[in-house]
Order: sequence, then structure tokens, then C-alpha cells
Amino acid sequence: MTTKTAPAPAATPPAQSRRFSINLRQSGIYVAFALIVVLFAVLTDGALLQPQNISNIIVQNSYVLILAIGMILVIIGGHIDLSVGSTVALTGAICAVLTVQWGLPWPVAVLLTLLSGAMIGAAQGYWIAYFGIPAFIVTLAGMLVFRALTLTTLGNQGIGPFPDEIRSLANGFTGGYLGNVGLGPLGGADVVSLLAGLAFVGGFALSQWRKRVARLGYGQTVEPLPVFVLKMVGVAVVVMAVVVQLARFRNLPWVLVLLAALALGYSLMANNSVFGRHIYSIGGNLQAATLSGVKVKAVTFWVFVNMGALAALAGVIFAGRLNQAGPTAGMSFELDAIAAAFIGGAAVQGGVGKVVGAITGGLIMGVINNGMSLIGAPSERVMLVKGLVLLIAVAYDVWTKRRA
Amino acid sequence: MSDEILVMRGITKRFAGVTALHEVSLTVRRGEIHAICGENGAGKSTLMKVLSGVHPHGTYDGEILFEGEPCAFNGVRDSERRGIVIIHQELALCGQLSVAENLFLGNERARRGFIDWNRTNHEAQALLDRVGLRENPTTPVNDLGVGKQQLVEIAKALSKEVSLLILDEPTAALNDDDSQHLLDLLDGLRSEGITCVIISHKLGEVTRIADTVTVLRDGRTIETLPAEGLSEERIIAGMVGRDLEHRFPPRTPDIGEEVLRIEDWTVHSPAQPDRVVVDNATLSLRRGEIVGLAGLMGAGRTELAMSVFGRSYGVGISGRVVKDGREIDTRTVRGAIDHGLAYVSEDRKRYGLNLIEGVQRNVSAAALGKLSNRGWVNENEEYTVAERFRRSMGIRTSTVTTPTGTLSGGNQQKVVLAKWMFTDPDVLILDEPTRGIDVGAKYEIYSIINDLAAQGRAVLVISSELPELLGLCDRVYALSEGRITGEVSREEATQERLMQFMTRGQSS
Repeated sequence: MTTKTAPAPAATPPAQSRRFSINLRQSGIYVAFALIVVLFAVLTDGALLQPQNISNIIVQNSYVLILAIGMILVIIGGHIDLSVGSTVALTGAICAVLTVQWGLPWPVAVLLTLLSGAMIGAAQGYWIAYFGIPAFIVTLAGMLVFRALTLTTLGNQGIGPFPDEIRSLANGFTGGYLGNVGLGPLGGADVVSLLAGLAFVGGFALSQWRKRVARLGYGQTVEPLPVFVLKMVGVAVVVMAVVVQLARFRNLPWVLVLLAALALGYSLMANNSVFGRHIYSIGGNLQAATLSGVKVKAVTFWVFVNMGALAALAGVIFAGRLNQAGPTAGMSFELDAIAAAFIGGAAVQGGVGKVVGAITGGLIMGVINNGMSLIGAPSERVMLVKGLVLLIAVAYDVWTKRRA
Repeated sequence: MSDEILVMRGITKRFAGVTALHEVSLTVRRGEIHAICGENGAGKSTLMKVLSGVHPHGTYDGEILFEGEPCAFNGVRDSERRGIVIIHQELALCGQLSVAENLFLGNERARRGFIDWNRTNHEAQALLDRVGLRENPTTPVNDLGVGKQQLVEIAKALSKEVSLLILDEPTAALNDDDSQHLLDLLDGLRSEGITCVIISHKLGEVTRIADTVTVLRDGRTIETLPAEGLSEERIIAGMVGRDLEHRFPPRTPDIGEEVLRIEDWTVHSPAQPDRVVVDNATLSLRRGEIVGLAGLMGAGRTELAMSVFGRSYGVGISGRVVKDGREIDTRTVRGAIDHGLAYVSEDRKRYGLNLIEGVQRNVSAAALGKLSNRGWVNENEEYTVAERFRRSMGIRTSTVTTPTGTLSGGNQQKVVLAKWMFTDPDVLILDEPTRGIDVGAKYEIYSIINDLAAQGRAVLVISSELPELLGLCDRVYALSEGRITGEVSREEATQERLMQFMTRGQSS
């Protein structure tokens, strides 16, 4: 034992500064979002934050946000899906045929449409997971094939109009079941919307508090109490500000309710479920995951099935919003969804990313779109700015990683 | 012109908290073959990367004098311009391209941006003649064996007007004939006035060809000796710095009944399905026993282990795996894990760890089921488990969520071991468990292996370092060309005896 070399002193990198820089990397996206909102609020003299405009931003971007939720999981798993735009078009067309031409009741039609989306995902997932063709190729083929099937299904013309229920899913608002309440200078606001907002904020704060208590119970370090309180107050202020504006306009859009549910559900799935963990481990190191007994093929397959189903949901909403399923629906949506995921902090190599990040990334692009059109910028300039934002976001991510 | 072509003085190089080189000095005389010896992790390759500019000037301390002038290389191109060429262990050739294209890659024989193919192939032929490689310059490199590829690398170095050639483990992957040819070639280059620095584990070659030997240990220069009359034992003494006895923690084996038996195991290569990689191998492990598997590179050690573990390698697999007297199904990795098997890969970065995640998510990766309820993971329990292993195994990391990519090799290996210990296996297969780990951490890994055996688990250790097998194992199997050619108990085991078994059948 005398000759045993003394263990080298523990490598102690400056832990404090490193933790800070990691936090900066994760929260950078939210800071950027806040700055962009402030910037356009100023440039548009506050028009950006008017009740009707906030409602518009949410409704206009809902389908891209839904696609972004599916896309972030695909990207975390180390793949890509270029076919979602065509899938949106094809499923919209299927939904139109089922409701308008066959006259099926709308819940049955929506369910069958989601199922067909899942089958589209399954078909692509099979080639990717079990046959071993890169997702880029399979979904590039899918992009062409499903667009072709859309044209065949529609017979080169639009099909509509949709039943009211599907239209209100895309365009509609919650009812004013409990009437309005006066908010002083802000005027009247819908009580149900306000209560829903309060319930959301309360539930969120409560679950975060419980999580904190549990972590403390296990002897883990948590952020200092003032920071925690500040965070909760920040979330509450932002959510309630949006909800109040919506309550003053026409209550909560149904798609917002749907989006909130999807965001919560998928965040929980990604962070806390075994399935979600397996997606991260596959993207992080495929071979290590395989040798750890992760059923890599099955997980990859189901990630694409999920993507297909979410694309179908986006397809129904998009068709419902236009009140018509058209042959050019969903053109280049895949690019918006992919950009949202990468702006939201996903890594090109996979293994990294957050559902909330992807949604924030999608909202950043939505706000840029909306804000620039409010100040009358031509569409080519909007495109230019969006492209540069994507490049800068990823460059920032690469840069922080290199420093770490 | 000074007699000393290269002087490196006081070279210190640190990686993320680990000191890889500590005040290392090296003096190479003009026209000699200078061998650098040392154990894995002694700092040999790092020193050569400092010299060749892979680690650029400013990332290390100390000074380099080449031809008497101080050097500040910022990349390999800088050092190559001065005539220093390094040939790495992993060959840097483009397999799809032809020999001639590889020779002049980055240095093309071209006129106004267009390749002059006649000149390219003509000059390539001359270079190939010089290294004694009888191949057509238009042959794709992939069609050549490793030995010939090595010669292509040297020819490439010669094309760059090399004055100092550095070879990192040039014969590690070569058979005896190819090795001999390579050594003869180096001998010839010496008479042409080219200085060579050669890193090698094969001490027999070192004593035969080198003029001077420098020994490194734990990132320090231990001694520089003239090779004339130098014995291998003398070099080993410098490399190890202590006798074998004390490199391994003491242990009293407590061996129980047989737990795993692999019978008539045959595996074919996935690339060439008619080639047998593992040939009718039979071996058994008992509870509390540490068993070694010795074999030269390409003997089929890793292939045997991975094919048993969920058929992770190979095609046309036949044979039986019997555990506790019953045949078990190990056709999937999950199945193998569920039957109490664990496999720690030789390449922890590629096959063992998710480098972007921390200790916490790596340790749980193979047994998430134990931490979850109806598909939902209890992160707090997971954290507790990670903290427990961090403390019990002495994993040095600032937090359990710090990415494992930032940890040292020894600590990474502990994380992989912790991952498999958490699955509570009965049988662990450890493939090169101490590769690329410094000596202090090796001792810790050996202690962990001993603890695993003391808990009644069976451990199969695959290693290229025979002293490691002799110091650690109760029994050692020798593998040669896919066949088990011998089984030696601890008492009978010597390096010579094992080497005999390991090379058996190669000549016949």
C-alpha cells in the first residue's frame, strides 16, 4: 500500500462560474424572447401587445408550435423530419374528405385523421428505425410522396367548408359562461378566462413548490428561496398579463388551451418518463444507449409515430382555420418547426433540447413575423431576419458550448 | 549544425484539472532512433502532440528548440513546414482515395489548381519504392492491409521532406512480418539521415532498433538511457517504478460454485460472414472469481464478449450461455441485463457514456426501471443513487449533473462501472477496464473489481496488459484466432506461458 500513488487532488473547476454559464445558456432563449417582445412593442407603439394582436399571434402560430413539440423530440433523438409540412396537407385533406364528403361526425373524423397521421409516422419510422435509412432521406421522400397523395386526395382543388366544431377548434374562443368583470381602466374582462389563468398559475407554482420541497427532503441543493419566489412571480405576471389581454378581447382561444395542455404533457413526458429519458439517451450516445439495454429501434419508431399524430393535429387545425383543405397547405412548415426547435436550444447532434424551449423558439419567430408585418416590413425582409435569428441562435449555442 | 536536433525543456500540459505532463524534458540527437517508453497514460502521446502542434503553442508551458531555434507551432501544418511529421496510432488516411491521392493530400501535385495526374502517380511510385511497398499508386487505400497502410503513411511523411519522423505505436496493429519490414525501413531511413522518435509498447523492438530510450511515468521524465546493452527488464523497472506486487490491492479470493458457462460459442464476422471470429469457445466463471481473458489484438476477445451480451456483435452466432445451470436467452441486450449480465466496453466514450449528461443520468441508464413507477422516473431517488455511487467510488466531479465529458478517464470509467453495478449483475465482463487511465486511478479500479468479486459476483477481465491479468485474476484463459488455446491458474500463470498460448496456432 505504501507505493500507492496518492489520488490527485479532486479536480475542482470553478464550479460557481460554470453553473452560472450553464444557466445562462439555458435561460438565454427566454431573455432573448423578452428582449424581442420589448423591441417590437416599442417599434409598434404597443400595437404588438394589444389584446387582439396577442390573440392573433397565438392562433396564427398554433400549428407551427404543435409541430415544434413533435420536432424537438425527433431532434433530441438525433433525427430530423422534413415531411411534416406535407403531412399537415395530407391529413387536412383526409379530414376534409371524412367530414365534408363522407359526412362523418366531427369527433370520429378528427380521431381517424389523427390515426392516419400516426400511420404516416409509423411508415416513416419503420424505414428509419428498423431499416436503417437516415431520417433525412426517408422524410425527404415522405415530403414528396405525401404532397403527391394530397393532390390525389383533393383532386387538385380545395375541399370545404368544415363543420363549425372543427373551425372553432382552430379559430374559436371559450364562452363567457360567468360573464364579465370590470378591471378599472382596462375595461371588462371574461371571468372564466381570468379564473383559468389564475388556476394555471396557482397549479404551476404549487407543483414547483412541491418539487422543491421533495428535492430538499432528499438533501439536494435548490436555488435560493428569493430566486424561486422571483421566478414564480415572473411566470405569474407574464401569464396573467397575457390572460388579461385575452380576457378583454374574446376570451381564451381554444388552441391556446390545447397548446397549454400539450406543452405541459410533453414537458412532463420528456423530463420524467422512462420513454422521454430513452429519447435523450439515444440522441446523447446511440451506442451507449444500445449497450445499456434501451430498445433504440422501438423508441425511434414511436417518436416518429408521435410526430405524425401531432402533424395530423396541426393539419386539422390549419385546415379548420382556413375552412378549407388546400393542395398547398403546410408548405415549408417543416422549416419553421425545425427552426423553432434549434432557436429553442436543441443541438444538431441530438441529445439536447426542451419542449418549452422549442415553443419559445416558435414564439420568437411568430413575434418577429407579426411585429415586422405591423411595422409594414416587406416579406423578404421578414424572411431575412428570421434566417439571421436562426443562425445567431445556433452560433450562440455553439459558442457557449465551446467555452464550457 | 548542432548535434541535438530537438530539445524539449520543462514541458507542462494540463487538461481540465489533470496534469498530463509535468516538467518533461526530451533531447533527441540528429540521426538517431529515439524510443519513448511508458505505460498507458504516462504522457507519451500527449508529449508528441505538444511537439507536433496538435496542442498549439500557449496551451502548454515550457520551450521547444528544433534545430536550435525556439518553436511556437499553432498546428500540424506549422510543424510539418519545419520537417516534423507525426504518424498517429489511428492512421489518418482517406480509405476511398487512391494511394497516390493520399500521399499528396493537402500537398497536391497540381498546375494552376488542376491535378497533374501523371506527375502525381509518377512521384507516388517513387515514394512507394523508397518504402518498399509494391502496390499500384492508383489502388484505393481501403484495399490494403493495415501494415501496408502504415507504409503509405511513412511514404506520405517522406513526401513532405521530413527531418524528424514521429511514430506513435507504429507496430501495435501489425503482424510479425509487417513489423519486421517496418523496423527495417526505419533502419534504412536512419542511414539516410532522418531522425526518428518512436513510441512503442513492444520493448523487444525498442531494444533492437533504438539508439536511445527515454522513459516516462505519470507525466514525468524518469530517465534517458543509451539502448546499447539495455535489457527489457531495466526499461520495465523505469516504466513501472515499483514492483508488480504493489500495483494491485491485496485480496483473498472466496470462490463459490459456477455461475456462468459459455459453451461452444461461435461467431462470424458481420463484414465477411464466412470468416469465423470466435471459434467454438467454451469458458466458465464462478461466483467470487476474477477470470482473465488474454489475447492479442484481433484474437476475438471483444467480439466474444459483445456477441454474448445481447448479440451486440457478429452474425451466425451459435452456442449456449448457461447461467446457474439453466440455459438463458441473451439475444437482446435487455435480456442479457435482466439475466444479470453486464458488459463494460473497452471504449467508454463511444460505447459507455452519454458524455453530455452528468453522473446522475448515466448511472441510471441501464436500470431506469428500478427508479421508476409505471413509466415515470423518480428523479430524487435517481439523484440519491448517483450521490451514493459518487461517494462510495470516489468519483471526482463538481456535481452529479456536470457532463461526464469533462471528467478524467479514471473518473469516467468509475461512472461506467457504477452504471453496471446499479443493475446488480451476477456476472460482469470488463473489457480493458484500465485503458487510458493513470496509475493512481488504476489502483482504485482494481480495488473496485476486487470488491465486486468479494460481493460474490463473477468478473471476466479482458486486457492486453498481461501484468494486469497476472496481478488481478484467479484464472486466465488465452484466446488465439478466436479459439481458447489455454487456461492457466493464478499459481501457474506467467507472462511467457500466456504469450505461448496467445500466439499458438498463428504459425500453424
